[in-house]
Amino acid sequence: MITKTTSRITFGDKLQHFLARVGLRRNRFRVQPGLYALGEPDKESDVFVTANYGLSFNKLRESLAGMDCYILVLDTKGINVWCAAGKGTFGTDELVHRMQNTNLEEYAVRKKLILPQLGASGVAAHEVEKRTGFKVEYGPVRAEDLPEYLRTHEATPQMRLVRFNLYDRLILVPIELTHMILPTLFIMAVLYFISGLIPALAALAIIVAGLMLFPVIIPWLPTHNFSTKGFILGTLIALPFFFVVFFNAPATAWWRSLGQAFPYLLVMPSLVAFITLNYTGVTPFTSKSGVAREIFSYFPVMFWLFCVGAIMGIVFRFIT
Amino acid sequence: MESKYLETTLKYDAELCTGCGMCSTVCPHRVFAQANGIAEITRPTACMECGACALNCPANAITVDSGTGCATAQMMAAVRRKKEPTCDCSCC
Repeated sequence: MITKTTSRITFGDKLQHFLARVGLRRNRFRVQPGLYALGEPDKESDVFVTANYGLSFNKLRESLAGMDCYILVLDTKGINVWCAAGKGTFGTDELVHRMQNTNLEEYAVRKKLILPQLGASGVAAHEVEKRTGFKVEYGPVRAEDLPEYLRTHEATPQMRLVRFNLYDRLILVPIELTHMILPTLFIMAVLYFISGLIPALAALAIIVAGLMLFPVIIPWLPTHNFSTKGFILGTLIALPFFFVVFFNAPATAWWRSLGQAFPYLLVMPSLVAFITLNYTGVTPFTSKSGVAREIFSYFPVMFWLFCVGAIMGIVFRFIT
Repeated sequence: MESKYLETTLKYDAELCTGCGMCSTVCPHRVFAQANGIAEITRPTACMECGACALNCPANAITVDSGTGCATAQMMAAVRRKKEPTCDCSCC
């Protein structure tokens, strides 16, 4: 059975893209797995394979405007191609199963599939050919490069590289905003009632810096490791809090002021660093073994700095 | 303070390579290049251990301990005492 589709992106599609980008109903933004016909394909037409995440499918059909071709949608549980390939759902088994399930060989006599390059961490091309007789061709990383790619079926080096430019990083900010807005307000309210306005603002600064500012400024922070980048950013945002608290009450003994102010320089950098360490999963270049080494080296530092800072903060709150 | 990402688990045996070029095609960080009819690793530190090259090498000339480079997934796996970290979260 073949479902008809078009390359037109409607207002409704755009609304769904917007909702997915801000993290609303994203898990339900799915396409029915199966075989789709774009335009009027015949037996000679190309077959493109994608995931059943709505954004993945829409991006592909939009990029294929004006073409007559087939789109085979795999069941990746609503996850994009690269992440699904990493989990194995965009994988050799599901591909072979979906080809048989849709009787693909009746429609495509050229026995060739075009897969997105990032699907390669889940699909073994030679294995697919052995099991189905279909050749797998890896197209470019991004669907938007398909029109140019299809002229020669040769990808330029740029088409083969993942990138993480300013736009790619900025588009990640709204989803963090949606996820964090309620927890942030809750934490701020709790801190406000137990210790006042400045700690509540410090919590806000940690979350804004770690989740919204950090993704945007990753390349401009020195050092290579995410934890040390986070410590640097956290120290920068902690300094104003340190000075405000330190000079807040000139009549207080200097050591008391220092005792009240110094915890900001311990707690804020360690929490920002913890958040940025967790940002490794969102970026397209951190390796599994590298992240493991980062956790091993820096998590203990974050933990102890946080503990010392938190205890110091509580102690100086009670003795003054 | 030095980078934790300079070493990777990527290993390549040039003896087994048939020169099909698949590793250069699938790598999203241009770690491989083709020279003298076989593959060579030209940007080893750029490897993110995604596993695409090893999975698509018909000659089994490449091995890599592939998996998620996500600290959240790895710490959750440690807490839940699972061997292989996976992204069970809906974040990706």
